[in-house]
Amino acid sequence: MIAELGLALLWFAAAFALLQLFTGLLSLREAGAGFAESVRPVAVMQGVLVTLSFLALIWLFLRTDLSVLLVASNSHVDKPFVFKLAGTWGNHEGSMLLWVTVMALSGAAIALLERRLPERTMLATLAAQAFVSLGFYAFLLFSSNPFTRLEPAARVGAGLNPLLQDLGLAFHPPTLYLGYVGLSVAFSFAVGALMTRQVGPQFARAMRPWVLGAWIFLTIGITAGSYWAYYELGWGGWWFWDPVENASLMPWLAATALLHSVSVLAARDALRIWTIMLGVVAFSMSMVGTFLVRSGVLTSVHSFAVSPERGSFILALLCLYIGGALVLFGLRASTVNEGKQFAWSSREAALVFNNVALTAILGIVLVGTLYPLLTEAFGVRVSVGPPYFNPVGAIFAFPMVVVMAIGPLLRWREDRFARVGRRMIAPVAIFAIALVAALVLAPGIGILPLLGLALAAMLAVASVLPVLGRNPRRVKLAVWGMVVGHFGLAVALAGMASNAAFTTERLAAAAIGDTVAVGPWDVTLSEIEPIAGPNWTALEGTMTARYRGGAPVVLRPQARNFFSPPTATNESALATRWNGQLYAVLGQEADGGRWQLRLWWKPFVTLIWIGGLMVALGGLLALIGRVIADWKQRAIRVRLAERREYREAQP
Amino acid sequence: MTRSILAFVSLWLAAAAPVAAAQDSMPPAPYAYTQLDDPAQEAEAQALMETLRCVRCQSQSIADSDAPMAGDMRSQVRMRIAAGEEPEAIRAWLVDRYGDYISYKPELKPLTWPLFAAPVVLAALAALLLRRRFRKGARTGGDVA
Repeated sequence: MIAELGLALLWFAAAFALLQLFTGLLSLREAGAGFAESVRPVAVMQGVLVTLSFLALIWLFLRTDLSVLLVASNSHVDKPFVFKLAGTWGNHEGSMLLWVTVMALSGAAIALLERRLPERTMLATLAAQAFVSLGFYAFLLFSSNPFTRLEPAARVGAGLNPLLQDLGLAFHPPTLYLGYVGLSVAFSFAVGALMTRQVGPQFARAMRPWVLGAWIFLTIGITAGSYWAYYELGWGGWWFWDPVENASLMPWLAATALLHSVSVLAARDALRIWTIMLGVVAFSMSMVGTFLVRSGVLTSVHSFAVSPERGSFILALLCLYIGGALVLFGLRASTVNEGKQFAWSSREAALVFNNVALTAILGIVLVGTLYPLLTEAFGVRVSVGPPYFNPVGAIFAFPMVVVMAIGPLLRWREDRFARVGRRMIAPVAIFAIALVAALVLAPGIGILPLLGLALAAMLAVASVLPVLGRNPRRVKLAVWGMVVGHFGLAVALAGMASNAAFTTERLAAAAIGDTVAVGPWDVTLSEIEPIAGPNWTALEGTMTARYRGGAPVVLRPQARNFFSPPTATNESALATRWNGQLYAVLGQEADGGRWQLRLWWKPFVTLIWIGGLMVALGGLLALIGRVIADWKQRAIRVRLAERREYREAQP
Repeated sequence: MTRSILAFVSLWLAAAAPVAAAQDSMPPAPYAYTQLDDPAQEAEAQALMETLRCVRCQSQSIADSDAPMAGDMRSQVRMRIAAGEEPEAIRAWLVDRYGDYISYKPELKPLTWPLFAAPVVLAALAALLLRRRFRKGARTGGDVA
């Protein structure tokens, strides 16, 4: 019953999305102005219906209703509660339903809360949002029905991929989806504004919280995914330029550019067309990411079990939305005023420069990711990896970091470089000192880590200058957000460069009692014992590590063997100090009763993820600051209106 | 995110279990898990290994893989470096044997030139965009507010 109810609710939600599209479009014409009243309630109703449908699916998973195909093939009667819950979206159909649910809820939230936009743009935005949703409803209902029954019902269920049974991973898809879908809202705003040609600061203020929110989730998702790869894969790498990673990096790059562009539009009413363009590009990148990950073009745990039919469906949606938006953009862009102008030496110019740089990096990542797929179509397999992405990306990334250091010190509209030059003395001095220090400490250091370290030092100093010497309580929360975010990027960059420049690796075959040195550490292998877990057995090594002869730290890396499917994994062990991490892995048994050990000393590697979280925190501060400011403004406006009414009522 | 890599490895291991078992019972190649004595040579080998693809894994270099084949290749690379071969010569030899797919560092070839044209085109486009933007700004006196 519940499954049929869920399916019916999904059909109704799709019908309401269709209604939202038509009433929204009709109300833009004079003849259909009567429909304007109904668009918002319809959007709210669509959100309610699809949420109920999603709750029905959660209910089926929690009860482990094995007469439903999706539950039977992805769940198991004996699974712990939290993984039954996570099983709801740990599969293709469920994750697509989550996608439309989050999307419809955002639409409902705009319909309920957003009152600043011109009403026509608002209606066009809701129509655009409905149009995007409809594609995904069609996808769900025609090729990925989550509520299909299984006849006869299964007895125990097939279980969830053991790799996905990890608490962190249970919440990985919702995090990224919130990011992707937040960008879909920005897309709808951009399309809505293109339809009515009303682009201005009010539009930017309405769009900004969605962009910020999406960007925060994407930042957290990428940071967490990188740390997971680092500790789980057992070789100490933290970024592989894997297409699936790139699929999350590309929307992030576009969202970062959009975030800055939308701030310029809100503050200065400049960069109108550019903001709209980035709004379209950001969501396009989310779609490209979804296509890459879910279409089966790439073989990975993300593609679940996909059929070519689904891949073509996503590709068709991709072409429809991106192509449609680009056509609309081409038709309308010339009729939208560009906005206010500004000089070379202004904060706007710095932001434009960096937006162009971010977009160029996005272009590089896109080309590098798609090109191997393209040549494969011609029967030639090539690989594009770190030796391409790192230097080519750096061509654009390093100048961007320099401008990032200077930009916040510049005034809006027009400034004199001489004034800013004086404030840049300290950061430039730090840059030079860091450069020399790195050359002295590590003579053979590569050019990329060298520049990375020096630029990180410069950016770290420059990023705090905007608040230096000011009363911290009078600095706006959004400015704190910028400072923390920029400083976080400097921290992450320092971590990346330091890891590349100073990592020491030691591979050794050690017998029990042997001591192996790696960097400043002495690691003694004390014993190796077999242990067993619920669905694996392992050999666990006990190691005692001393940093420069100091107090011993015990490390317990494991070499695990899972039963079904038979899989061997290495559980690395980490010893974290303020200045880096010791990374230990237990390898195979070597001859003569010795064991292969892999040890790394990675100075300051943790800064990569600490920096990533700081960047996200910066976004959060900015979001809170903006929302509070908007809220206060609205309160003032309401009070002013009340006073006016009161005065008018007086004789 | 990159759990794909692990998953792919595990899938492969599952599919090729009998082969893997046979390979596991053989001792790994001499330099698969052993570093070269000369730190300069080891660094050279490491740098090269990081740019060679483990063809049995997804998106992992031979320097980050437990796959037996990656181990064999590491051993090959280290032995050749120790014998005094140039890293690029070793890469060329591997590309000859396994195809372009093995190397993460694309070579400039008729089929790969767009990869190298991309940054040039992007930089030119960026310069053009910025130039147009500020020309206009200069003409209107930088301020039409």
